[in-house]
Amino acid sequence: MGRLFDFMLPDNQSPLTADSTDGLFHFITEVSFILLVGITIALIYFAIKYKRKSEDDETPLITHNNTLEISWSVIPLLITLVIFGWGYSGWLNLRSVPDDAYEIHVNAFKWNWGFNYSNGAQTLNELHVPKGRPVKLVMQSRDVLHSFFVPDFRVKHDVLPNRYTYVWFQAEEAGEAQIFCTEYCGTSHSNMLAKVIIHEPDEFETWLETNGGGVSGSPVEQGEQLVSLQGCKTCHSLDGTKIIGPSFKGLFGKQETLSDGSTVTVDENYIRESILNPGAKVVQGYDNVMTPYEGRVSDDEISNIIEYLKTLK
Amino acid sequence: MAVAETKNLTTLQVKRFKPSDNPTNTYLTDEKGLWAWMTTVDHKKIGLMYLGAVAFFFALAGFLALALRTELWTPAKTFIEADTYNQLFTLHGAMMVFFVLVPSIPAALGNFVLPMQLGAKDVAFPRLNLASFYIYVFGAIFTFISLANNGFDTGWTFYTPYSSDANSAGVIWVTLGVFILGFSSILTGTNFITTIHKLRAPGITWGRLPLNIWALYATSIIQVLATPVLAITILLLSMENIMDIGIFDPALGGDPVLYQHFFWFYSHPAVYIMIVPGFGIISEVITTFSKKHIFGYWAIALSSLAIAFIGFLVWGHHMFTSGQSSVATTVFSFLTFLVGIPTGIKILNWVATLYKGSIDMKTPMLYVFVFLFLFTIGGFTGITLGALSVDIHLHDTYYVVAHFHYVMMGGTLMALLAGLHYWWPKMTGKMYNETLGRISAVLIFIGFNTTFLPQFVMGAQGMPRRYYNYIDQFTIFHQTSTIGSYILGVAFLIILYNLMKSLINGEKAPANPWNSRGLEWQATSPPDFHNFDHTPVIIHGPYDYHQPMEEFQLGLAVSHNGHGDHHEVTTDETEKA
Ligand code: HEC
Ligand code: HEM
Ligand SMILES: [Cu+2]
Ligand SMILES: [Cu+2]
Repeated sequence: MGRLFDFMLPDNQSPLTADSTDGLFHFITEVSFILLVGITIALIYFAIKYKRKSEDDETPLITHNNTLEISWSVIPLLITLVIFGWGYSGWLNLRSVPDDAYEIHVNAFKWNWGFNYSNGAQTLNELHVPKGRPVKLVMQSRDVLHSFFVPDFRVKHDVLPNRYTYVWFQAEEAGEAQIFCTEYCGTSHSNMLAKVIIHEPDEFETWLETNGGGVSGSPVEQGEQLVSLQGCKTCHSLDGTKIIGPSFKGLFGKQETLSDGSTVTVDENYIRESILNPGAKVVQGYDNVMTPYEGRVSDDEISNIIEYLKTLK
Repeated sequence: MAVAETKNLTTLQVKRFKPSDNPTNTYLTDEKGLWAWMTTVDHKKIGLMYLGAVAFFFALAGFLALALRTELWTPAKTFIEADTYNQLFTLHGAMMVFFVLVPSIPAALGNFVLPMQLGAKDVAFPRLNLASFYIYVFGAIFTFISLANNGFDTGWTFYTPYSSDANSAGVIWVTLGVFILGFSSILTGTNFITTIHKLRAPGITWGRLPLNIWALYATSIIQVLATPVLAITILLLSMENIMDIGIFDPALGGDPVLYQHFFWFYSHPAVYIMIVPGFGIISEVITTFSKKHIFGYWAIALSSLAIAFIGFLVWGHHMFTSGQSSVATTVFSFLTFLVGIPTGIKILNWVATLYKGSIDMKTPMLYVFVFLFLFTIGGFTGITLGALSVDIHLHDTYYVVAHFHYVMMGGTLMALLAGLHYWWPKMTGKMYNETLGRISAVLIFIGFNTTFLPQFVMGAQGMPRRYYNYIDQFTIFHQTSTIGSYILGVAFLIILYNLMKSLINGEKAPANPWNSRGLEWQATSPPDFHNFDHTPVIIHGPYDYHQPMEEFQLGLAVSHNGHGDHHEVTTDETEKA
């Protein structure tokens, strides 16, 4: 059914979470629109009808009218109570995850979305989900506040560093949906985007299996994959350009000037410290914005990353 | 003639005072020179100094807004870097809120008209009033120090833990500035409350208080009660930043959601500090230009107070997605609807006031009409945002940006412009060009809607706020919005030109150019240093347009040199001059 304000809302790809929201959005917007038109017509009509004729115009003394006053308090009150109830039930639904939901863990950090699946598969800035099955995201931030928002599903929740939060949805069409970060988190907040990739159920199983093994190959190959998977490339280029952080090109072995003016040679230990605790030594000319990877990457993974960085001459 | 009611009334000797249209001695000629202005305790001059400061910050923040809109012409970089954009929107928001809207109506226009509407010579504590102004200036200086210290890019909300990052020198300076500014706000509020209680001229009962005074009264209560909480919040934030005491930052064992509670406990009421005084102006202007008694005096007066009190209980509606408790979320949503009702009541009462009036579409009235239209949209979209499930979708998108611009700019700023044009002749003794005034109002209306209507649509479609970059599908909305902002810019330049030109060669203003029944119009334009050269005596309410003008031009026949006790007035013995 076409509705007056349909053009305002994006696609609805998760009816179980979106339908109630959309219904209420249309209800409020339509009622408001009617009232606004009413008020506007009254304003214009009065302005024309009672236009001042002369400076000596006399006006009647009308001080108040209790019936009017009560009706335009009580009627809006009743309408808003309906809106409250409707909004509340829709919201309860958004907070009540179906029992059979498939769980995926989300870790947000400047300026990436990491997703961990039940079989150990990991993705960065791509959330793979099966169609027609409820999905629950358990989310945590590794630095500041972020907020997970998928307009097409009508779900949003802040992602906090000190507690888990969750959202759920059930996508009904294979395809893609946009993920935004909606809590301001610094320089590249507006680039903290990701995609939901909605698979047919069997296709999803295949995808999980092929990606379940994590990184593989020689240490350098593994390091290369890790640098992508861990979001390093959001801030470090491989070709010498300066983005948020220094480029990885030619990094190993070079003399680095730190913010306090001292210099260090980039060796294994320095890189290890830079990954685990980047605030300890901050490179001159850069802000201390790198999220610590303490607890996020294992010793072996760090070694592999280092081996890979050595190859970037 | 009113008949005296019995019961121990003091009988006053009352005389008619018709204000001169050609005053020789006014507050502008009384003391001259920079020093006299800087040390003045005259509420009118202090009001003007606030007006100047507010206009300065508005111009600055408005200019930044144009820069922001220009940057948003294309996705990614148009002409400034992401970090610069982030600093600019923070500065724009913080200045508009703390330096422009909070002090604008109460401290600038309110300072000027409040004592006059009460028939007083000044506010209760004139020196404190001057002190408030300097505290305001002092607080503003801190912001500029902050800009010199790396600036700040946290958004005007200073959410932790982002704001407690290592680079927090800029944040510390600006939050201290806001902290200091708070005192200015508290002092003005205290001053106004005292003045309203103690300095009303004989005959101004609570039932004859102009609605502008009721609005300022409600505002002052919020200022006095809410601002200290902001101060505490900022102190805690600074303690965390400077001394590493964990309060809000999880890395130190604090809780970021706690910060949000603290912040909005002030900042939601602050929204009412910004809008309620606007309501007062609307009531004054709409009655004057429709020559009609206000409809629902008590409904409007008391709804301001209701808003002031319920407004304290809804802060959590900014935190529906934050991870606050479910019970809190439910209660806050419910209360949010309750606070919407008194606001709706006001709008309907204003519209009803026009019924059978004698409507003169002068510039101030045009701004009132613009206000009624825009603010109604702001209010309705507030209801949309108060609905839990819908807010989950709309929170932190451009829908919210559009909503608060409709409320703050479409509401408060339109009211301010209405009031500025309404009282300009009183403040300066000069008339501005009416045609230019009307053109600017129409241009603002067009520019405003072009700028902000598209933002509702892109917001509902998912465009998040505080975004430097955006995905291509939103380009058309952003570009329309940017064009609208240029129209707005032009409109403001016209207003500036019109008002400045009136100072140089504007027509001389008579004492009461709009034939208002308001007491402030019974002083000369511009007023005498002590506002009235007699103690005014009031026997009718400020909206009694059915009573003849002579009965509004009364004063004590024998000056009591001060305003003394509040007598009930009998006019049986009125001597007509
Ligand atoms: C949010 C952006 C960001 C991400 C993501 C990021 N870094 Fe960094 N990184 C920086 C910045 C900024 C600096 C420079 C300031 C400093 O030293 O902390 C830096 C510094 C470094 C340095 C020292 C560079 C030098 O020139 O001395 C290394 C090594 C490093 N990062 C490795 C990594 C690795 C490996 C990853 C992924 C696992 C990563 N970074 C992810 C922003 C980031
Ligand atoms: C009374 C007038 C105004 C007030 C009170 C006001 C207030 C605000 C506030 C509080 C913010 C939020 C800042 C933040 O999120 O930290 C903001 C953002 C913004 N305002 Fe205004 N504003 C006003 C006028 C304008 C005008 C005239 C324009 C356009 C010309 C404008 C354009 C913007 C833009 C582009 C943003 C940034 C939005 C974003 O990136 O999220 N504002 N304003
Ligand atoms: Cu973000
Ligand atoms: Cu609020």
